[in-house]
Amino acid sequence: MADSGVAGTMMAVDSRPPGPMPPAKPPKAKSSNVGSAKADPARLYRAVRRIRRVEEEVARIYPTDKIKSPVHLSIGQEGVAVGVCDPLEPRDAVSGTYRGHATYLAKGGDLKAMIAELFGKDTGCARGKGGSMHLVDMKANVLGCSAVVGTTVPVAAGFALAQKRLGTGAVVACFLGDGASEEGCFPETLNFAALHKLPVIFVCENNGFAIHEPLAKRWATDKLCERVRTYGIPATRFADSDTLKIRAHVAKALPKMRAGGGPIFLECLTWRWREHVGPGEDYDAGFRSKAELAKWQKKDPVLLLGRKLDKKARAAIDAEIEAEIAEAIAFAEASPWPATRELFTDVFA
Amino acid sequence: MSSPKLTWPGRIEDGRRILRYVDALSEAAALEMARDEKVFLFGLDVDDHKSIQGSTRGLLEKFGKDRVFTTPLSEDAMTGIAIGAAMAGMRPIHVHIRMDFLMLCMNQIVNIASKARYMYGGQVKVPMVVRSIIGKSWGQGAQHSQALHSLFMHLPGMKVAAPSNAHDAKGCTIAAIRDDNPVLMMEHRLLYPTEAFVAEGAYVVPPGRSRVCRFGRDVTIVGVSNMVVEALRAAELLAEAGVSAEVIDPIWLAPLDSETIVESARRTRKVLIADNGWLNCGASAEIAARLAEALAGEGPIQIRRVGFAPTPCPPSPELENAFYPNPGTIAAAAYALAKPDAPAWTPDPARTKLAYQMQFKGPF
Repeated sequence: MADSGVAGTMMAVDSRPPGPMPPAKPPKAKSSNVGSAKADPARLYRAVRRIRRVEEEVARIYPTDKIKSPVHLSIGQEGVAVGVCDPLEPRDAVSGTYRGHATYLAKGGDLKAMIAELFGKDTGCARGKGGSMHLVDMKANVLGCSAVVGTTVPVAAGFALAQKRLGTGAVVACFLGDGASEEGCFPETLNFAALHKLPVIFVCENNGFAIHEPLAKRWATDKLCERVRTYGIPATRFADSDTLKIRAHVAKALPKMRAGGGPIFLECLTWRWREHVGPGEDYDAGFRSKAELAKWQKKDPVLLLGRKLDKKARAAIDAEIEAEIAEAIAFAEASPWPATRELFTDVFA
Repeated sequence: MSSPKLTWPGRIEDGRRILRYVDALSEAAALEMARDEKVFLFGLDVDDHKSIQGSTRGLLEKFGKDRVFTTPLSEDAMTGIAIGAAMAGMRPIHVHIRMDFLMLCMNQIVNIASKARYMYGGQVKVPMVVRSIIGKSWGQGAQHSQALHSLFMHLPGMKVAAPSNAHDAKGCTIAAIRDDNPVLMMEHRLLYPTEAFVAEGAYVVPPGRSRVCRFGRDVTIVGVSNMVVEALRAAELLAEAGVSAEVIDPIWLAPLDSETIVESARRTRKVLIADNGWLNCGASAEIAARLAEALAGEGPIQIRRVGFAPTPCPPSPELENAFYPNPGTIAAAAYALAKPDAPAWTPDPARTKLAYQMQFKGPF
């Protein structure tokens, strides 16, 4: 038999009613200065601006064919990722979509390893075996992204189940698109996460399109939050996806979630400025208008957060970001290709 | 506090314990759950009074509701839950009472579980076990009886075990739980009541090692899952007809130890593969291809295959009997290989019933 007292208690016949998992152990002490620190406009600006500039550089380099993986840019959507991730702690995890650059960077994924991954280099976060759609950084608790819409939703909940069982007090922020909410595994996961009170922040980045198909052609009603609430999950809609509002909402929810309060859901309306895949725009394709883009550009998180800083402070941050990005690109360029024999490694653990 | 016993008494013969396949499965899980707190077991009905035809019997009482729990009917998401928990360091065992239900899990198994290790550059591992049961007894029909192992053998990153007896059921299960990769266990309902000598302690039947179950000179018969048992019965009948058959059980279909099969074929030059599944692109096709590649240039070799009829499985006994290979059809095919010039021979049908179908008493 197992020799620890903990195992011993697990052996006992459990007479509690069936259903939810037991309450989590008390949350551990904060392990870093990130987390519940108050919203800091400079830090938030830095985060959204950094993601924006990284992706603009990716778009700039893309036509040179140095990037060896299709890219789905999140330009315009950065505020959602940053608003959710800013109050998280290192122990918390995020799970992203194939449009995952923003999520990866917002949670602290390594920038150099990301660019190197896009370049297909051995120093990439997935050693050239993932590409843009499969960014991962387990050291930063960025779970691997997936190119099959919705697949990461239950995986994120499974990661949360383990956190609950292990008593880490960590939560998992699970990003998904509006399209993923149509996959069967989405309601399946909501039900299970609510039943077992899993610490999951479901974040729907609703940009209105699945590739090129608008919601009106896909949803019988747009009452996504109502649908989610029927599972007993508190659901909140952010019509403008204001970074500060999203951040405040998540920061407020975290203590209760760490104590076993169960999942929450955020529907964040946002706008994908660029085309579905690739570096360009698609306003000439006829399925959406430049006028709408202009409307969303007034709510640009980079613009709005930048206004909260004086010009000098902003310029200093911008310069730091440019230097960091240049260094990451140089790192990726100088990195070696994976050796051919690497084709056969890591098929099995 | 007294600890519930982890092992079953079974029955003792010649001083050794004999255990049923079904009990070997739950005993394997119990031993591993006691050894490693990270192991948990879940799936629809694992905790009810029937306990997956008895194969999870006693686990709830021993380990409690946190580690043994049922699920909603959400196989797709539940597979993702297992994957995510495994990535976080747990060792989930996800149980399905019918292999047919795995079709609802395919996206997660194919697109995440089998390739996460690779596509995330070695940053994660997915140590999960998917237990599934071929539901064949009688009359189970098209969607409760399928053996779909070849679909999983196709995937790099997956391991597939198909234990044919109680000893291997326990050893494969323990090996699967300890493996750092996703492992599919294909069990067989008709094998559940079968008995074998099973050691009480924990042991592994490791991936990638076939077993020669019976030595012979004239023909090699490779059986998959319960077809091992039917092939052994066929070998008895063949012996009476003057044919010496060697019977090989691959045990693990991925990774597949084809070397043991090749070595046997090198001697007999005649191989019959009896699969518990369809032939087209199936396990038998893979084994035949490996034989052809390995033995090319070494002189003639004859290969034949028997398996499910190329139809869905019908429930009517008259049709169902024709759907499955049985000791008679296996023996007849092996005889024709071994004695190509002799008149065709088929054993007495009264002696060729599916060996363990005879044990099964309906109604279901």
